[in-house]
Amino acid sequence: MELSRRDALLFGLGGLVVIALPGAALAANAEELAAAFAGGVAPQTGGITLTAPEIAENGNTVPIEFDAPGAVAVMLLAAGNPEPSVATFKFGPAAGSHRAATRIRLAKTQDVIALAKMADGSVRQAQATVKVTIGGCGG
Amino acid sequence: MITRREFLQASMALAAITGTDAFGSWSRLAAQQTLTQDDLLRFDDFGNVTLIHVTDIHAQLKPIWFREPEINIGVGEAKGVVPHLTGTDFLSKFGISKGSADAYALTYDDYVALARSYGRMGGMDRVATVVKSIRAARPDSLLLDGGDTWHGSMTSFLTKGQDMVNVMNALGVEAMTSHWEWTYGTDRVKEIVETLPFPFLGANIFDVEWDEPAFEPYKIFERGGVTVAVIGQAFPYMPIANPRWMFPEYSFGIREERMQEVVNEVRAAGADLVVCLSHNGFDVDRKMASRVKGIDVVLTGHTHDAVPEPVLIGETILIASGSNGKFVSRIDLDVRDGRMMGYRHKLIPIFSDVIKPDADMAALIDKEREPFKAQLEEKIGTTDSLLYRRGNFNGTWDDLICDAIRSERDAQIAMSPGVRWGTTLLPGDAITREDIHNVTSMTYGACYRTEMSGETIKTILEDVADNIFNPDPYYQQGGDMVRVGGLAYAVDVSKPIGERISSIALADSGEAIEAGKTYTVAGWASVNEGTEGPQIWDVIETHVRKIGTVQLKPNTSVTVTGI
Repeated sequence: MELSRRDALLFGLGGLVVIALPGAALAANAEELAAAFAGGVAPQTGGITLTAPEIAENGNTVPIEFDAPGAVAVMLLAAGNPEPSVATFKFGPAAGSHRAATRIRLAKTQDVIALAKMADGSVRQAQATVKVTIGGCGG
Repeated sequence: MITRREFLQASMALAAITGTDAFGSWSRLAAQQTLTQDDLLRFDDFGNVTLIHVTDIHAQLKPIWFREPEINIGVGEAKGVVPHLTGTDFLSKFGISKGSADAYALTYDDYVALARSYGRMGGMDRVATVVKSIRAARPDSLLLDGGDTWHGSMTSFLTKGQDMVNVMNALGVEAMTSHWEWTYGTDRVKEIVETLPFPFLGANIFDVEWDEPAFEPYKIFERGGVTVAVIGQAFPYMPIANPRWMFPEYSFGIREERMQEVVNEVRAAGADLVVCLSHNGFDVDRKMASRVKGIDVVLTGHTHDAVPEPVLIGETILIASGSNGKFVSRIDLDVRDGRMMGYRHKLIPIFSDVIKPDADMAALIDKEREPFKAQLEEKIGTTDSLLYRRGNFNGTWDDLICDAIRSERDAQIAMSPGVRWGTTLLPGDAITREDIHNVTSMTYGACYRTEMSGETIKTILEDVADNIFNPDPYYQQGGDMVRVGGLAYAVDVSKPIGERISSIALADSGEAIEAGKTYTVAGWASVNEGTEGPQIWDVIETHVRKIGTVQLKPNTSVTVTGI
């Protein structure tokens, strides 16, 4: 059987820059962060795919992936975390694809939100509820 | 004389798949007949491909009693529809007469009297007879096992699943998927998988470190001139519902996008028929089938539903084949021009007194049990009460287990996991050691004793309730509610998480549970590594020996609303 590496882990390729998080936006909630990122533009659906598990196998390391063809920047938010800001990814003109995968920590059941700023100035949004559960009793 | 209504002979016109009313043309024979093996096996061959499905056998080699649920609540879009119909609702939906063999096999009503008339069900030697008979008619039949096969009995526990592996190999399984198999740990799973003469499929089993596929996702078969792709879907919530530390290398999940990719891949590779061999559970499969395009047949498992007719979702049929070896599904398909044009289906009930055991398989089963026979058959006590587990809330087996835990572990409150496996005993039956294992067997059976705050107790009840009653099936794990002893509560299944559970109290005194107060709690099947305590079956055995004869009072500790 062929086990090809998933092509999702594309960090460092094609002019992708990851801006590291906390500290900068102390106490800002997800709404404020989203509004600041969108710069007054109302987010639309479509144009961005967010892949997240329905139920986290381990809330300390939840795999999250987005794909937003044509995006210049994508912001990831964990709305229910004490610090909702996860990361903002910027894509340069040489970016071969506009996707990234990472793992994030989720304090509890919450929505993970991905906002993409497109080249034409529009903003796209996708979100997924990830349940963080105490487990057991399956059967 | 045993009489019965002929089991459903589901046959439908070719046009029905693409036509309007899929269920208009089921034929139902109401006549009462003498129950014979020929009747049970009668099937007019149809089309060019035959699938045989077994699932959730839970290591039950011998015929058993298994009472189907009385309470099996559906929420959201699943409210009031199959498989969330029980008792008379179930009978009227499928046109089954009260008191018939079918009613006994498929529902709980009047269970004890019907069980005495119609006898035990299942037995892998009877299953072997049925499989051989189907293969005699259709040598090209494809036998698929939906998992939860290696776990659930004392012999499977003592042989780490080997007894079931030997039996399923002899039965001639051609592909399987998995759930409780993983509770033997990664090393044991890999050790067995290397010896299997068939693939251990799981398109949704990924390597944790690299997040890439770790097991064969599918297998392509050539049958009756048709290219059949069988895609495996393991239980999605493996590391959440069962101990993650036992298989830390793997991640599971529904991974709907992955399923679509694999369906596309097998279609591109020339598959005429795409079968998903799934351990998702019925409601999860119903949703997945409505969203992933290109699956012809979903053979569903995990939630232990026995459904006598296929459920049609778009152009996909969903087949649910019950549990514990009670049923074998035969599905004949007409596949032409790269697509499924029609089907005929029968959920074959394995009445152990009617279907003759296959001699070779019976001998193999005896051989597997021989080294443990004395241990298995030792009588521990007797029951005057019907002992069963299945149902969304407390079953009588769990009432007994919770009594044993509270008494032997000196705890105010007992908790017993809401698993759906566990066989039934009739009033008057002896309780053997094997019977106790049939409802407790597991690799993490330590009976812990701890202290919990009232707040933690509420959190647990809310969390488990959401695993069953979340209106989105993708957030359901497919078990039943955690069983409790010494505790009473009310649950409104229509509410969101955090608001379902109320009126939590100590059942004996009626004293309300306070969030900040601490209580002694004992239970078993903790998913935490390093859990300490005696094995649960030993706790129960000690208790049953002391009381001698089990007599349970009706349990009214759980009040359910919002149905």
